[in-house]
Amino acid sequence: MSTSQAEIAEFEEQTDRWFAENKPANPGFILPETFMEVGTDQQFEFLRNWQQKVYENGYVGMSWPKEYGGLGMDQVFQDIATKAMAKHRVPFLPNTIGLNWAGPLILAMGTEAEKSHYIKGILSAEDIWCQGFSEPDHGSDLGSAQCKAVKDGDEYVINGSKIWTSLGSYAKYMILIARTSTDGPNKYAGLSFFLAPMDAAGIEPRPIKKLTGEYGFCQTFFNDARIPASCMMGKEGEGWKVAMATLMFERGATGGQAGGLSMMDLSIDDIVELARRAKRNGKPAIEDPHVREQLVDLITEARGNGYMSAREKVPALATDWPSAVSMSGKLRATELKRRMCQFAISLQGANGARFVSPDAVDGGLWQRSYLNAFSGTIGGGTSQIQHNIIGERVLGLPKG
Amino acid sequence: MATIEFSEEQTMLMETAVDFCRKHSPLDRVRAQIEQPQGVEPAVWQEMVDLGWLGITVPEQYGGLGLSLADTVPIAESMGRHLMGSPFVATTLATQALIHCANEQQREQWLPQIAAGSAASIALTEEDGNWHLTEIGSHAQVQGEQLLLTAKKCFVLDAPEAEVIVLSAKVDGEARLIALNKAQLPEAALTRETVIDETRRSYTLSVENLTLPADQLLQGTDFASIEQAALLLLTAEMSGGLSGVLHVIIDYLTTRKQFDQYIGSYQSLKHPTVQILLSMEACRSHLYRAATCIAQGNSEEIEAAVRMAKAQGSEAFAFAGDRAVQFHGGFGFTYECDAQLFLRRALWCQYQFGDAAYHRNLLAPLLLD
Repeated sequence: MSTSQAEIAEFEEQTDRWFAENKPANPGFILPETFMEVGTDQQFEFLRNWQQKVYENGYVGMSWPKEYGGLGMDQVFQDIATKAMAKHRVPFLPNTIGLNWAGPLILAMGTEAEKSHYIKGILSAEDIWCQGFSEPDHGSDLGSAQCKAVKDGDEYVINGSKIWTSLGSYAKYMILIARTSTDGPNKYAGLSFFLAPMDAAGIEPRPIKKLTGEYGFCQTFFNDARIPASCMMGKEGEGWKVAMATLMFERGATGGQAGGLSMMDLSIDDIVELARRAKRNGKPAIEDPHVREQLVDLITEARGNGYMSAREKVPALATDWPSAVSMSGKLRATELKRRMCQFAISLQGANGARFVSPDAVDGGLWQRSYLNAFSGTIGGGTSQIQHNIIGERVLGLPKG
Repeated sequence: MATIEFSEEQTMLMETAVDFCRKHSPLDRVRAQIEQPQGVEPAVWQEMVDLGWLGITVPEQYGGLGLSLADTVPIAESMGRHLMGSPFVATTLATQALIHCANEQQREQWLPQIAAGSAASIALTEEDGNWHLTEIGSHAQVQGEQLLLTAKKCFVLDAPEAEVIVLSAKVDGEARLIALNKAQLPEAALTRETVIDETRRSYTLSVENLTLPADQLLQGTDFASIEQAALLLLTAEMSGGLSGVLHVIIDYLTTRKQFDQYIGSYQSLKHPTVQILLSMEACRSHLYRAATCIAQGNSEEIEAAVRMAKAQGSEAFAFAGDRAVQFHGGFGFTYECDAQLFLRRALWCQYQFGDAAYHRNLLAPLLLD
């Protein structure tokens, strides 16, 4: 499929105009920055309506097949639309798990029936998806999942619990890893993968209060919950393989996502802009020599991260430890974000001590962003575990 | 969009330089060379000359290759990795000074010599350690066809080998550059300095009322380009040094046992080692971004790019050297341990041409206002 430059340019212009004209007005309440932070019904409805509008106007799922609800267009158009969303700083699309992980997985591995059944609802945000991978006792160690699924006739009976289920209270479906057997050759062999309906009796998502005082995810309890055996993705015992395929989508290593913004992006430019507005001792923070030096340092770090991906593409410049750049992406990005938010608070003088409220600078966005930034440095393997992984796999240091 | 470009020529130069430095500068050779008068064995220097490295940035009409300063980066980086001392960097900087500031006749006089293998050096810093290159006390007076020079310059690298030294001095209140021939230096003008990096050959140059032909006063005063070249090559040496010291650390962490465990298995050593790795990756990224800006003549970005590179690299390499000594425990406290070679090199690099705080201060208006 070839697309002419003229077509692309025209679409770029049209998309740019649409997002400029349709960017939702400030709702009057503080919006979450990622799907992991949706804490109130009000926030959720707002975001779901936004995704629905974006879908109805044809700006998400553009490269997904027409027969399931997509537009069957070239990926290049979706990339243009996603860029426009970032440029206009519109709200993110809340069905993150569906759009980026469950959807691509179903399109890649699902049956015809599954594709027809699930894909459209993912795009329109009618069917919200959540993820049931982590368990309370096995943070980053997915292979040790203990949540049990026992076959009984044409159903599986699920017992156990999953944690960090973002959007758990709003989700219609969960991508679930559960243990169907304990006598395999290794811990991975007994796992199976389900597309589980959240409305099944015995499934109870209980909201967890975060350090911000808000809600944003759940612990999901399974108490003799019965789900149809047909919900299984792949065969019994193949759960690890399916989960790994899902994680490839999660890490962005494989294409196929529906596109669209999945979180509000915080850049160093936002911090510089804040430093111009925020006051320290009666003067714009950006005039304080100490602030200036720290800003320069943060800009240097942020740009260094940007240059790394450019350098990685030159094989001659990625010698010695060639996987260092790609393996450290998450660690570098999330730690920088945490420190940028921490620094943003320091620009506010005594008002640094405020929290989400009308009197706070930007309504308390920075304080909340800082506390929420730990989801990045803890979730998906803590920064400390990342150091271990890089030390062992990249530098070849011995395991502890 | 920020790009990093690396040409075929650069790739080839890098391959040659990596092999060359590995072969000629293993750490025991580096140590043996410390005792010698010169920073590098004359035979090895001759090989560098034969490879054409001195002429890389010399324009073709003067017998050089006419390539960009960016093309010398892989060489300086490889030397840095193996702590190789040689007049290569000093010569390249003097070449840059001549390219940017000399008139046709002056270029004709010195550049062909350099391209043919003569070492050269620059003399910019003075006793007070001021990094602002135009705030200097050395001075010269033009008297008809003659120039009367009184100067005291410090940290003049490889001065005895240099056929020409480009030196800064105030002339009528303005900072200017003067090219000085070796033969014009009075006896005892050069005194060896004791510096922290023992692989360097650093000299004080002092002359009083030295008479020179006035046509040795360079026409231009482009101190900015000379500083940018110095920052780029210092960062290249630091980037290589970071990689070198990281190898020293990893060797020890994977062979030394304490309490029945390889010490690399302890997270208190493992995690900072990863930090060093990531800081080296950042340094290399800034380095080659700055080199790309210079190669493209991207004048809007060059200054910020080289200052960021030097600031980031200075701190990263000093941290790596510091931790390398600490991680070697009691052995690290001895002269015999190679960690000190890198720590001393890092301190040298940090304090030549501005430390991190100095450059951040100058970056602030470039990036924030």
